[in-house]
This record gives sequence, structure tokens and C-alpha cells, in this order.
Amino acid sequence: MAISAPLLLELGAILLVLTVLGSAARRFGLSPIPLYLLTGLFLGTGGVAPVDAAADFVQTGASIGVVLLLLTLGLEFSIGEFATSLRRHLPSAGVDLVLNATPGALAGWLLGLDAVGILALAGITYISSSGIIARLLGDLDRLGNRETPAVLSVLVLEDFAMAAYLPLLTVLASGGTVLQALVWMAVALAALGLAFTVSFRWGHHVGRVLGHPEDEQLLLRVLGLTLILAAIAEELHASAAVGAFLVGLTLTGPVADRARSVLTPLRDLFAAIFFVAIGLTIDPADLLPMLPVALALAAVTALTKVITGAYAARREGAARPGQRRAGTALIARGEFSLVIIGLASTSIGTLSAVATPYVFILAIAGPVLARFTR
Amino acid sequence: MDVKETLLPGVGLRYEFSNADGDRLSVIAYRKGDFEVFLCTTPADPDKARKLFRLSEREADALAQILGAPRMVESYADLTKEVPGLSAGQVPVPPTSRYASRPLGDTKARTLTGASIVAIVRGDQVMASPGPDELIEPHDVLVVIGTDDGIAGVRQLIDQG
Repeated sequence: MAISAPLLLELGAILLVLTVLGSAARRFGLSPIPLYLLTGLFLGTGGVAPVDAAADFVQTGASIGVVLLLLTLGLEFSIGEFATSLRRHLPSAGVDLVLNATPGALAGWLLGLDAVGILALAGITYISSSGIIARLLGDLDRLGNRETPAVLSVLVLEDFAMAAYLPLLTVLASGGTVLQALVWMAVALAALGLAFTVSFRWGHHVGRVLGHPEDEQLLLRVLGLTLILAAIAEELHASAAVGAFLVGLTLTGPVADRARSVLTPLRDLFAAIFFVAIGLTIDPADLLPMLPVALALAAVTALTKVITGAYAARREGAARPGQRRAGTALIARGEFSLVIIGLASTSIGTLSAVATPYVFILAIAGPVLARFTR
Repeated sequence: MDVKETLLPGVGLRYEFSNADGDRLSVIAYRKGDFEVFLCTTPADPDKARKLFRLSEREADALAQILGAPRMVESYADLTKEVPGLSAGQVPVPPTSRYASRPLGDTKARTLTGASIVAIVRGDQVMASPGPDELIEPHDVLVVIGTDDGIAGVRQLIDQG
């Protein structure tokens, strides 16, 4: 086996740059995601330091990163949490969808994107970053606040909405008809139902088969199964991400807890590579003309998220300050918006030129605004 | 008193209640097993909770024992009231006892008397449902549940030199 020294060198250098930037971001209580994007931007097409040897690995790692992001997200949630959130916050989810997807769709239409681009941009402005926000709430010690369950419920419902949205987008982006897309959306929803049933009725059996006292075995089993199901889902145009999400949802109980702990370091690595990969594919020269559009869209959708959060918090009985806090907490967009960019941008260049700086702006502005809303 | 339980998706569970002074206490039980305790006192912003402290799983156990010790004996008393013929008794362990510094299982109390040792009180600590490997120490007090004869039997057993 020939070891490629340039590959190791470039990869090591990228990871070191990421850790320096990441720890700087954490010091100011910010999410490192925007800086990872920036790193990719500097390295890639038209950037200052092209990484030819590592580029292939980064692209491969990126698809594993998406699968791991969604798998660990699925592991975070259980049916009970979904059901409770749905019961209490269905109206909030509706408000969220209408207020936040509409600006994205309108912007896409004004920019002259095709139907796929409009759908993608609507998804990008709709989905808040559960990763950034969950961490933010912990950092700011807000988990005890009255408005917090509203924020978390909105996030859960958004994440579940993605299970229906991603197949729709994947089929349309790969050139399928609307009918095909709707069929696959229905299939994905049926699979979601199946995953719930399996998890509810036979979750302990699944846990017994996959659970192994050794961490190494558990890691290999869960990851192997997830990659195969993600591949099948992708082959069926239902999106690998959805397949991975469903595996995560099916696992519950102690096995899910252990799987989460063994997978988290792996997820952190590959997710960082995924964020770099998104930056790599974009030519910084394309971004500048789109920056004003991205800023305007960010301002509008930050406001609509504030309204969404305030509405949801009022349903929990929170007063004005609590409503404001819930609203600003929801502003941050992050990993999911980037997954959508990754899915759709192969077909449309303008989309990633607008959406990447958009995510960049809100991934920074969201936590900052949330921090200053007391 | 009402304890309100709220699910925090992806985080854990939150329990809230107000005490007689009107302070609202909330306890978050994280899925990882640790706890955080919050207090809401600001009248201007009733939804904001101030974090008081964080407890690991073991620290939370210790706190629960401190707070729960007097109550536990009470609830055994309640139990014995409900079942006719069942009573609870306390059996001190004299330093001269042959079972002092030996595992609880060695007494074979349940087999010999039919009464169960449900807790060991040691100083200000209470060990609920002690296992057979738990060491009995001199000056411990054993909380025993059984018939009056059974409890007397345990007392005789423990008093043996």
C-alpha cells in the first residue's frame, strides 16, 4: 500500500487550520461552522491555496459527513419527543414553515432560479440549525427557561419535516418529474412511519442485534448498517441523508446513547470535512456580486424567525422577554441548510453563490443576536 | 403540590414546582444522567431561570438521599399501616454483635425470621434496599419490615455476641 505523503500533509494542515479557527470561534461563543466554510473557500477553486491531493478525500469524506450528521440527529430524537412536540406545537410549525420558507422561495423566484432552485432556497431559509441552537441554549444556561421547550419543539418539527422535504428535492434535482418526486416523498414518509413502528415495537430487538458490549463492534455495526441503508435510499433517489436519519430514529434506549457517544467524534471530523467541501466547490469570485442579496435575505429571514419563536414561546405562556429570547435563538441556520446546498447546487451555480454567504451570515449573526437578547 | 414535567427534546426532562415562598424551582434531568437546578425569582422576567448548580449522577444520588432520608422512613410507616400484621422496626447494631463488620447476607435474617432489612441507617446516611454484600457496621441502625415476631427475631439475631 502506497501512502500518499501530500494527502496526509494537506489533510493534516486543513485539520490544524480548522482547530485554530474553531477554538477562536468557541472563545467568542460562536459556532465554528462559518469558519470551516471560509477555510474551504480559501482552499478551493479560485482560492489562495489549492489542495489537489486532499480534494478527492474531502469530497468522499463530505458524503460520509452528511450521513453522520443525519444519523446522529436521528439518534437525538425519539418518537415520544416528536409526538409531544407535534401535539403542542403544530401551529408553531405551520407559522414557521409559512413565514420562513416564503422569503426564500420569493428570493429564488426573483433571482430567476428554476423550480428546483426555488424549492432549495425555500428549504435553506426555513430550516434553523438544531446543532448550533441546542449548543447555544446550553452555553447561555437557558435550558431552565420557560420558552426553551418551544424552541426545541420547533427544531424537532423542522428536522422531521426534512424527512419529507429531502426526497422531494433530491428527485427534482436529479431531473425527476413532480409526480415522481411526490411518490418518493410518500415513500419516505412511509419509511418514517415504518421506522417509528420498528423503534416502538421492536426497538429492543434492534438494540440487541446492534448492541455489542465492545464500542468498536457497536461502531462498526451501526455505521455499516447506516451506510448501506443510506446507499439504498440514495439509489432510490430518496436521499442518503433521509436513510441515515431513519436509522438514527429507529435506534432507541441505551444502544442509542452508546451509539451517540461512539459516533460523535467521528461525526465531528467528517462534518467539519463536509463544511470545508461546501466551501471548496465555490469560487469566491462568484460570491461578491451575490453578497447584497444574501444580506437582505438574511435580514428578512432573521426577522421572520424572531416572529416564529415569539409565537411558539407565547404558546408556552412565556412573557415578552422570553418570547424575544426564543425568537433570536431560532435565527441561526447551519448544517441542514448546507446539506440542501450540497444536494441542489450540482445543478445550479447561482443558488450556492447566494445561499452559502446567507448561511455564513446567519450562522454568525444568530448566536450573537441570541447572546445579546437578555 | 404540583410538579410539572416538561419534555425537552434532545436534552432530557424538566421538572418544575413552586415552593411556599413563591420561588419557582426547576430541575433538568439530562439524558446523560446529570442534573441542573434552576431558580426563577425575577418578577420582571418570570420566564428566566438562573442556574444554581450542576450535579453529576452520583452527587444527585447523594443529595436525593439527604433530602429523602426522613421521608423514606415515613413512607415505610405508611406501608405498614396499609397492610394488616405488617410493621416496621428499628434494630440498632451493638458493637459486640457477631454480625458487626460482616456482610448483611451473613445474617440470613430473611430466611431465619421472615422479616426484611429494607434500609441501613448509618449516621446521617440512609442506604435504601441494601444488597447482601453491604457491610453492617457497629452502631448502624437496621430498618426492618415484617411481622412483630419477625422483627423481634432479627433483633435477637443481631444482638448475638
